[in-house]
Amino acid sequence: MCEDLDLYDYRAWDERPAIRWPGGAKLAFWVAPNIEFYELWPPANPQRKAWPRPLPDVQGYATRDYGNRVGHMRMMELLDRYGLRGSVSLSVALCEHHPEIVEMCKARGWEFFSHGIYNTRYAYGMDEAQERGMIEDSMRAIAKHTGQHCAGYLAPALTHTERTLDLFSEAGGIYTCDLFHDDQPTPVRVRSGKPFVSVPYSLELNDTIAYVVNKIEPRRYGAMIRQAFDRLYREGERGGTVMCVPLHAYQVAHPHRLRAFEEALAYIAGHSDVWFATGREIANHYIEHYYPRGDG
Amino acid sequence: MPVPPEHLLYPRRRYGMDHERYSWSMLAERAPVAWPHGANLAVWVNVAVQFFPLNQSGVPFAPPGGMSTPYPDLRHFTLRDYGNRVGLFRCIDALDAFGIRPTFSINAAIAERYPRLLERLAGRGDEILASSWHMDTLHHGEMDIDEEAALIDRALRALREGTGQPVTGWLSPAGAQSRNTPDLLAASGVRYMGDWLNDDLPYAFRTKSGELTALPLSLELDDAFIIANNLHSEWEYAEQIRDACDYLLAEAEETGGGRLLALSVHPWVLGQPHRIAAFEAVLEHIAAQACVWAASASEIVAAWTEQQAAA
Repeated sequence: MCEDLDLYDYRAWDERPAIRWPGGAKLAFWVAPNIEFYELWPPANPQRKAWPRPLPDVQGYATRDYGNRVGHMRMMELLDRYGLRGSVSLSVALCEHHPEIVEMCKARGWEFFSHGIYNTRYAYGMDEAQERGMIEDSMRAIAKHTGQHCAGYLAPALTHTERTLDLFSEAGGIYTCDLFHDDQPTPVRVRSGKPFVSVPYSLELNDTIAYVVNKIEPRRYGAMIRQAFDRLYREGERGGTVMCVPLHAYQVAHPHRLRAFEEALAYIAGHSDVWFATGREIANHYIEHYYPRGDG
Repeated sequence: MPVPPEHLLYPRRRYGMDHERYSWSMLAERAPVAWPHGANLAVWVNVAVQFFPLNQSGVPFAPPGGMSTPYPDLRHFTLRDYGNRVGLFRCIDALDAFGIRPTFSINAAIAERYPRLLERLAGRGDEILASSWHMDTLHHGEMDIDEEAALIDRALRALREGTGQPVTGWLSPAGAQSRNTPDLLAASGVRYMGDWLNDDLPYAFRTKSGELTALPLSLELDDAFIIANNLHSEWEYAEQIRDACDYLLAEAEETGGGRLLALSVHPWVLGQPHRIAAFEAVLEHIAAQACVWAASASEIVAAWTEQQAAA
């Protein structure tokens, strides 16, 4: 084990060259719906149980399944209403299980990136060949079912090895959502030496963290999103910032939570100097204009 | 050491679910459901009548709301019993005041421990559904099938004898099931269960003894979940339930398909004197809506089942 994987250089918030987003926007805003499949009977990972209760964990499984059966359509229609495209963090087995959902997102021009095969299969303990195989499998599935080249990665259930980002870069990826150290994109060192960037994906504003870990009230979730937006929008005058709202239809799309979330989205959509982007678009813009050249 | 090879094999990676219990379908894509009286929203208020034993085994886990300090945990034992002695009657008065009929889910041990209480509840004519023997008889994982069958039989028998009702509904303590629970329930004359909370409508659920109806009882809208687990205030609870009611009504109106608001109520939570007014506010809001059908669980199941048969 290492003290630090040495993925990026330290750079203080007020000592950076200013980023300019397309159209002079102060803030790049993106929404990342996690569209996930959890297995009822997953094999046991030696380092982490898939479910807290003995299998079948009916309550845990059904809670997630609600997102696909009920919540997805509500969440998608809400994003439609404000003209927002999702960047889907996809458990790629969902392409086989629920192709209807993938088709709907594809028809809307949403981006798909890899979130592993199932959210009940963890990378812990995988050797290099196993993890590479899993990553390549997920990228192939996205290409096959959506026609898109998978550019981004969020490790399944946030389970990593020391090599995860190296392997994803070698497989052709350009950005990761796994690092939470900044409100701007950051160059990430990977062994391929290819341009690779961290795109901010907020755990603090992630609905599952907000509702399940921090157990907050729906209206407070809406207020947090507006507060984060106000601050990042203001700071974006100095240099472009990024704001991400990661979602799970099995959390945000319950009938007692959508109103507060919609109010927050409407608030953000009412601002002019915002670049409503996808993860890939943010990564590409940063790599094209701001990625350090020559010194690696 | 690498993870075992089966970790990278996906035998159930295929169309639909990764099990055979029910078919994959999105609520929004199904034929619209029409409730009786032209209602848009069916409301099932499930009031839990529970017994948490002091000598909790915690197998395979301590049930939510169960004993949590060293034996004898008189603190939690009596806080829960408060629900059966006091809180329940406040909840019933509130429901009666707004004309909303509850369904009572009862741990069958209540029939033995508090026959007077069972008599009172059965005498109201409200539906009784079974919730195993008590909160520490969890149905789980690979538990012995004969042991589980005997547990289900014992609970159903006590409640059927004690109430004179057929008792066709089931809620597992802590919402936990074993691999076999739905099969055993169907074989024992149960027609619907609330444990699979993955929908806002009933749906068909396969067992080895024919079909059950899954009638999802929301955990996210459960009073103990919001107040005791999430530590939200009673007025936050009321606001969330009112928001849910309004959202489902609006969705039903927009789509032309009925929805289900399933409220799980624990008298040891909402029946406290400082919380009951928040429950009353919720009931007042529901009762004030024009297109609401407050019904017993089995009435909702029957209305849904008839439409499926007709379709």
